Amino acid sequence: MKTKSNLYRKEKIYGLLYVTPPVLGFLLFTLFPVAYSFYGSFTDWDGLGQMDFIGLSNFKDLFTDELFLKASFNTIFMMIGIPIGIVLALLIALGLNRGIPGTTTFRVIYYVPVISSLAAISIMWSWAFNGDYGLVNQFLELFGIKGPNWLMNKHTVKPALIMMTVWKGLGYTMLLYLAALQSVPRSYYEAAELDGANGFAAFRHITWPMVKPVTFFIVVTNIIGGSQIFTEINIMTSTGGPEYSSASVVFYIWQKAFNNLQMGYASSMAVVLGIFIFMVTLIQFKMNEKSSLDI
Amino acid sequence: MSHSTRIKLTNTIIFIILAIGAVFMIAPLLWMLSTSIKQKLDVFALPPVWIPSHPQWGKYLEIWEAGPLLSGIQNSVIIAVSVTVVGTFSSSLAAFSFAKLRFPGKNQIFLMLLSAMMIPYPAVMIPQFMMFSKIGWIDTLLPLIVPGLFGNIIMIFFLRQYLISVPNEIIEAAKIDGSSYFRLFSAITFPLIKPAVAAQLILWFMGIWNDYLAPIIYLNSPEKMTLQLVIANFNATYAIQTDYPLIMAASVIALLPVLIIFLVFQKQIIESVAISGVKG
Repeated sequence: MKTKSNLYRKEKIYGLLYVTPPVLGFLLFTLFPVAYSFYGSFTDWDGLGQMDFIGLSNFKDLFTDELFLKASFNTIFMMIGIPIGIVLALLIALGLNRGIPGTTTFRVIYYVPVISSLAAISIMWSWAFNGDYGLVNQFLELFGIKGPNWLMNKHTVKPALIMMTVWKGLGYTMLLYLAALQSVPRSYYEAAELDGANGFAAFRHITWPMVKPVTFFIVVTNIIGGSQIFTEINIMTSTGGPEYSSASVVFYIWQKAFNNLQMGYASSMAVVLGIFIFMVTLIQFKMNEKSSLDI
Repeated sequence: MSHSTRIKLTNTIIFIILAIGAVFMIAPLLWMLSTSIKQKLDVFALPPVWIPSHPQWGKYLEIWEAGPLLSGIQNSVIIAVSVTVVGTFSSSLAAFSFAKLRFPGKNQIFLMLLSAMMIPYPAVMIPQFMMFSKIGWIDTLLPLIVPGLFGNIIMIFFLRQYLISVPNEIIEAAKIDGSSYFRLFSAITFPLIKPAVAAQLILWFMGIWNDYLAPIIYLNSPEKMTLQLVIANFNATYAIQTDYPLIMAASVIALLPVLIIFLVFQKQIIESVAISGVKG
């Protein structure tokens, strides 16, 4: 009896010891900064010294700040790429799930943009979107279409960025769908076939409901990722695009904090963004509660 | 038409569509490669030249002189290797503890760590920046290294889930035999989860290698910059001078390491991504 309780005491100590690094990391690099961000958002912090409490003033300014509203609108607008990507990725995954030759090669080719450096990809695409010599316009010319100077035009800069983000993320979404499709029992389709269901009915009543949790996961993670879009904007449109038409929220936060040293104001934006993402994630956790986490 | 010929026909059509799609996916990258070995005249040729008549590999020599590319690679390697090696150790040890040891408050602590996954980097970057600037770490690699050493929540979460499926009996038996806890981890658990650890480590490495936002905040001097910042600066400088072959050559260099890692470990990476996504 004595050895057993001794064993447990030791286990307690080692158990706690082994989780100390991530707990410490969490306190130092997440919890403390979050609390500080929150506090900072109520001050006129310039990043040098003085932090005067100014109440909700930053937040009030935020909602009349034309640039912030524009950046928020742009960020949300660019999420149009999410449904486009989902439809394309599901179609590709359905195709690849039929066991046609070259499946592995296709999987790799579609996935390569995902692992590629976003900075390098952004540079490549800004060249591809060049009005005179860009790959995109040269392609359009094959159909007799004279393409615009994509990144220099306030109407085309967002579609251009959407095109690129869809291209970049397609492989990831495709992969998740492929994994989900492979876990659908074949017997379901066999039963449907016996009942005389055609391909589309089988898709509607079996495939789509079965991949629904993955679709949900993709939507949520894409919203979280999309709300933090920065690198593409910073490299492809270093000023935030014509008339600030491609600036994102994080781009604006970054400008305010590190170029204008308006740390307090930038913090209030970061808090708004943080709350938005927190809520989106919370919905995901809630929806997933039954199916996955067994804590 | 019989059933099997109809399936064959459908599959052929799908194959063709997927192949066209694949061309669209890979064409921009091939174009990047092709531009990097083009002569000035070919760069602006209409219609585009895909295979230059006289490939010029000279830009791949020139880029090493044109900017701090070598130090960029060095800095990226230093950050990515130190973070992933030490961070993977602390993450897998913590995952082992969460999955296999009993201690008070275990689930609460785990949930607390999980909550960190909900907090995006932009929400903490300003105070983190102020913190590191107070201790004089701005324009050093330390802000990019130190936080990672404490472990990665996603990796802990993933490895914990993986470990739960490892039977407890082996571990209980070793405990009774009086094996130390660290030996339990290093000799028994770790070898079992090695493939999962490897896949997560590679994904993490790629994430750090490709990171842009954190480095751009902390690093100012050219010789301190990571590879991604160096090539972004190439772009800013040479795009105006329209030396696209040079920029594309630098971009190819930035892509190459992760591309090679991916092609080598393709199977593990794809499996790991698929599992983590489907389990959500």
